[in-house]
Amino acid sequence: MLEQILTLLPQVIFDGFVLGFVYAMVALGYTMVYGVLELINFAHSEIFMIGAVVGVEVFRYLAPSVGNGFLLLLLALVLGGVIAGLTAILVERFAYRPLRKRGTTNRLVPLITAIGVSFILQDLVRLIEGLWHNEFFLRMRTVEGLESSFSLFGGSVFIQTKSLILIGVSILMLVGLTYLVNRTKLGVAIRAVAQDLQTASLMGIDPDRIISRTFLIGGSLGGVAGVLFALQYTTVSPYVGFLPGIKAFTAAVLGGIGNIPGAMLGGLVLGQLENFFGTYLPILTNGNFGTEYKDVVAFLILILILLFRPQGLLGQIVREKV
Amino acid sequence: MRKVGLLVAGAAALGMALGQANVIKIATQSPLSGPQAALGEQIKLGAELAVEEAKARFKALGFDLVLVPYDDQANPDVGVANANRIINDPDILGVVGHLNSGVAIPSSEVYARVGLVMVSPANTNPRVTDRRLPNVNRICGRDDVQGPVGAEYAFNNLKVRNVFVIHDKTAYGQGLAEEFKKRFEALGGKAVAFVGTEEQSNFVPIINQIRGARPVPQLIYFGGIYSQIGPFVKQLRERGVRIRLMGGDGLDSSEFVRLAGKDNAAGTFYTTVAGPVSAFPKAKAVAQKFKQKYGKDMEGFGIYAYDSANVILTALENAIKAAGGKKPTREQVAQEVRKVKMEGLTGAIEFDDKGDNKKAKYFVMQVASTGNWADNKLIRVIEMAAPGAK
Repeated sequence: MLEQILTLLPQVIFDGFVLGFVYAMVALGYTMVYGVLELINFAHSEIFMIGAVVGVEVFRYLAPSVGNGFLLLLLALVLGGVIAGLTAILVERFAYRPLRKRGTTNRLVPLITAIGVSFILQDLVRLIEGLWHNEFFLRMRTVEGLESSFSLFGGSVFIQTKSLILIGVSILMLVGLTYLVNRTKLGVAIRAVAQDLQTASLMGIDPDRIISRTFLIGGSLGGVAGVLFALQYTTVSPYVGFLPGIKAFTAAVLGGIGNIPGAMLGGLVLGQLENFFGTYLPILTNGNFGTEYKDVVAFLILILILLFRPQGLLGQIVREKV
Repeated sequence: MRKVGLLVAGAAALGMALGQANVIKIATQSPLSGPQAALGEQIKLGAELAVEEAKARFKALGFDLVLVPYDDQANPDVGVANANRIINDPDILGVVGHLNSGVAIPSSEVYARVGLVMVSPANTNPRVTDRRLPNVNRICGRDDVQGPVGAEYAFNNLKVRNVFVIHDKTAYGQGLAEEFKKRFEALGGKAVAFVGTEEQSNFVPIINQIRGARPVPQLIYFGGIYSQIGPFVKQLRERGVRIRLMGGDGLDSSEFVRLAGKDNAAGTFYTTVAGPVSAFPKAKAVAQKFKQKYGKDMEGFGIYAYDSANVILTALENAIKAAGGKKPTREQVAQEVRKVKMEGLTGAIEFDDKGDNKKAKYFVMQVASTGNWADNKLIRVIEMAAPGAK
């Protein structure tokens, strides 16, 4: 048993990182919107799904004319990010802003709106794909160059180029986001709005514009994550966002919601936990608990962590609202 | 008081308007939207073709024959809700369906309340007929034979001794995988693992388990539907795992090749209870008509749905004759279905006391490397009686 665990371990850790970075990128969208509006934007999982669908469509239509796989992926990432980001802006403009303008103080109202928007987006994509291709499960087209792979340590770790791309792109985006929030004017404005919307608007910041941009940035990150997810796991449906969305939200809470490095860390921890138990549960329990319990165990551990650290792993650096 | 009276009169008038004396409806229930629509549509179209062909015959008897398709979305709740609507339409005298055993089992209990007959072209879970409901019949085989047929082929012909078993945790997939495992172990083989998963996209944890399993499995058996097995196979092959794969009739759709990729799908074995058109010489002409009418190839479940509808239509004709030309009751139709003896496209159809076809056919198939579903190789046909109810 121990030998079996050890031989698989390097592979499990690598795959856990791949999954973890997907969660981390999606978690950033949750955490940014929460940081600014204290709103849990459940429609974010559908923004992620839209990115994945755009990725599949870009590959479907442009692969014959764009020979280079990496160029094609770049196009898909840009288009997926832009379309997902614009969708996020639209969602904010038509679903959340009217509630804010009306001064709805009940926190449940925007939450329910978010859930409603999420269903609308799912069925909208289902309708469009149904009319367009009469397909429900969209398959990512295989492109030469991205599919190559190699193994390390005498075949014990199997690594695909596309997994490395996923990790690379997500690290780039995370670093870029950290820079944007901490070092640019827009970042200062976002942080100001996050700290106090009213006071920020007195200081000459247009809160609507800043909120809109926050949704654009969070949405694009979700869209890019969606494209990479589609490339990695190959099959996408209009409902593919739900579980990764819930898990990314959990990751954001685990890291300390509103906290950007926290969301990253939370995503990675959750990815590792899920992949670890997904692979090892049957081995550890002698086949009594199968892979289907991986989420149960991962979430149980999360509950335990949060019991002892309710503010999340990096929660202490979240600034209290004054 | 007067209001109540009006309401009652209105309801009575409505009831009379709904129950038209000269209209007979046949319902189908199968997934027409969602991930399994490709299989469900075959059921609807197969039954529709049979009903179209019978329209003139029923006109001569004085009845308008209508087919009413319902979409159960492969979801038990939707199936039961539809079933309640179906039993409230007194013109519906028979149901062709469902695709999924998990939907058929609760829905058939609703039909049973009014004695409405159901003939299934596709439900393979043993419990569908083992409950001995007088209104439930199927013309296809059962998982407690389909699973063992696969196990025997794997053990005796492929000489497999170690197998990795996966299932999708549904009544269909898990039941099939359990029956496979039981027979495979009885033959002397070993199931290295038995895991369930509801996952639709990320199969990496299971693939890692397969790579780490000792002894190394020579075959992976997956009890589930193509929508899940397709992406699984793609990821499995991408990771360089070349172990052979086998599944049940949930794999029997050309969608499997599209999702898995032509090269990854090639060589996959599957057992099915609904053979391809090529396995039934008599189906050729009907399949051509089907293609002309709907612009799609007739696949296994389409042929079985055609036969299922014809079973109901034959029983209806007999019941009308027995009732002296009047519209029969639902119970009468259900009783006549059990008495039907006919030669369908798929062979002889005759029900035992549980509602199973006395001799159902089971097919072992292999996915072709051309990517064309119609090219799949028929390896063997086994005709076997259903086991007695447990």
